[in-house]
Amino acid sequence: MSKTLAEKIWADHIVRSAQGEPDLIYIDLHLIHEVTSAQAFDGLRLAGRQVRRPDLTIATEDHNTPTLNIDLPIADPVSKLQVDTLRQNCAEFGVRIHSLGDAEQGIVHVVGPQLGITQPGMTIVCGDSHTSTHGAFGALAFGIGTSEVEHVLATQTLPLVRPKTMAITVDGVLPEGVTAKDVILAIIAKIGTGGGQGYVIEYRGSAIRALSMEGRMTICNMSIEAGARAGLIAPDEKTFEYVRTKPHAPQGADWDAALEYWKTLKTDDDAKFDVEISLKAEELAPFVTWGTNPGQGLPLNSSVPNPADIADIEERGAAERALTYMGLQAGAPLKSIKVDTIFLGSCTNGRIEDLRAAANILKGKKKADSVRMLVVPGSARVRLQAEQEGLDKVFIDFGAEWRNAGCSMCLGMNPDQLAVGERSASTSNRNFEGRQGKGGRTHLVSPLVAAATAIRGTLSSPADL
Amino acid sequence: MEKFVSHTGSAIPLRRSNVDTDQIIPAVYLKRVTKSGFEDGLFAAWRNDPEFVLNQPQYKAATILVAGADFGTGSSREHAVWALQNYGFKAVISSRFADIFRGNSLKGGLLTVILPQENVEKIWAAIEADPTTSVTVDLAAKNVRLGSEVYPFELDDYTRWRLMEGLDDIGLTLKNIDSVTAYESSRPAYKPKTLPVRS
Repeated sequence: MSKTLAEKIWADHIVRSAQGEPDLIYIDLHLIHEVTSAQAFDGLRLAGRQVRRPDLTIATEDHNTPTLNIDLPIADPVSKLQVDTLRQNCAEFGVRIHSLGDAEQGIVHVVGPQLGITQPGMTIVCGDSHTSTHGAFGALAFGIGTSEVEHVLATQTLPLVRPKTMAITVDGVLPEGVTAKDVILAIIAKIGTGGGQGYVIEYRGSAIRALSMEGRMTICNMSIEAGARAGLIAPDEKTFEYVRTKPHAPQGADWDAALEYWKTLKTDDDAKFDVEISLKAEELAPFVTWGTNPGQGLPLNSSVPNPADIADIEERGAAERALTYMGLQAGAPLKSIKVDTIFLGSCTNGRIEDLRAAANILKGKKKADSVRMLVVPGSARVRLQAEQEGLDKVFIDFGAEWRNAGCSMCLGMNPDQLAVGERSASTSNRNFEGRQGKGGRTHLVSPLVAAATAIRGTLSSPADL
Repeated sequence: MEKFVSHTGSAIPLRRSNVDTDQIIPAVYLKRVTKSGFEDGLFAAWRNDPEFVLNQPQYKAATILVAGADFGTGSSREHAVWALQNYGFKAVISSRFADIFRGNSLKGGLLTVILPQENVEKIWAAIEADPTTSVTVDLAAKNVRLGSEVYPFELDDYTRWRLMEGLDDIGLTLKNIDSVTAYESSRPAYKPKTLPVRS
């Protein structure tokens, strides 16, 4: 029977299937970080269980880690305890860990691909919803809770109900200045934050194929913001080439065998998706959110919407609350909005291409006096690469702060936070109330819009410069 | 895990949609390494507002949360489930839940009940008219009852059985561990390993 890509990967990982029960699915890679693992390791200890496959498990420190003075002990004692607990757990259970200061430390979803342990056709989980990022390689990758983290540690499997499948096709050529981030923000605005619930999304079409691996990661990363558990893109020559040069790529005969399998990883021509949606690349534009959920976004050239124009009562109420929280007036042009902070980073847009794209806009310019800009590479390796290319100097000359790797202001668990009422243009993934700091106001943008906004002090695209 | 067969208590209306996990428990509260003590972080930002429904004395004793659509969107933090449970909630009713939150809740014994929005509205109206209204969430009978009203809900038989028996998922999988070993023996050699470290 013909299958979609997600169905093929699912079928290849069924350990056990029984009538009336969820399928037991094998997990090829388990990524771990400090926030969602402590209670899982504790559960193992209480039950006298071991980590079944330390060789399919890897940990890094990212959510809590400071981006300044990383050679000093973590100042916040509670954050320090959580990171120390991860280190102790990894030592006790024999799990590989990349700690602060290590060249491979960084955001878990940046680390996996750069080590080459993210490969096509795998099942990948992590106690973090943005695990969907790894779907860019044609892997079935999704976030799990701490109970499931414990389950995977103990058994290397998860009992799961087979998800439905959704195809989102973007055909055509993206206009100049329109990035992967704009594409996914437009998709979320179209289908809503609940639109993907219960589905694995496969992104297809010529505009998706034309994206680099890093752009594809940006798209898949925000599948969760559309409510989907996972998003994926069929692997192609770009994918194979990206993996081939990484430390954990298969070698010799293993490479040949892997490649043969990877080339089968595409949706069959006559396979049926449960839902199909399509967008035209030519109609997309730089996108920005105005509200407090990632579905509340519009093209940057538009104005703040008037809640009175929204027919759905529930959505209208949400829009009214959002405008109050965001301190915005209906009808004001989005480009008139002044921001205080620019955050360039996160698992959505903290990779080398994102830094290059922003640096290219900022080079030789000075930031607006009214803004501060934080540049936080997604991993220590990305930071090193950027420094080799001289990007750090571009950012510093521009007036930005060049920081160490981690999740940083994306979720404000470390000291990098917005103050009450402060407004950011952020390349991260969530504009929820207080996400970047209590009372903080977030506008989600692409790295290009972040850079242009840093120059002008108001939400802007490079075309406005 | 504690068994869940049926629960009767009072309910609290949370008339908001898209209640994300950063609202249920902000990230700064996620630093504990235990599963308890998260109740202080529950809806932390909103609780600063004296008018917020959790601060209203008539709803202090509520054990059932009745929320707007798309409850639990956002991060995978199971701390959101723990915070609700630590605070005293036994069940959450909504017309739609985010997938990961729903999975986490059903693993941890917090019953998430999906009812059509029109029935959520009816329950809101009833518990706003009389906050002492007794609400029963009956997993055995698969319905929610208040007064003479009965609202049926669906839950797959396997999850329902597991919750009613209070069974540990890991224990259930370990009974089939031989099939895991068999699967592993046929995994292709090219699949990556994290150990030994390569650089």
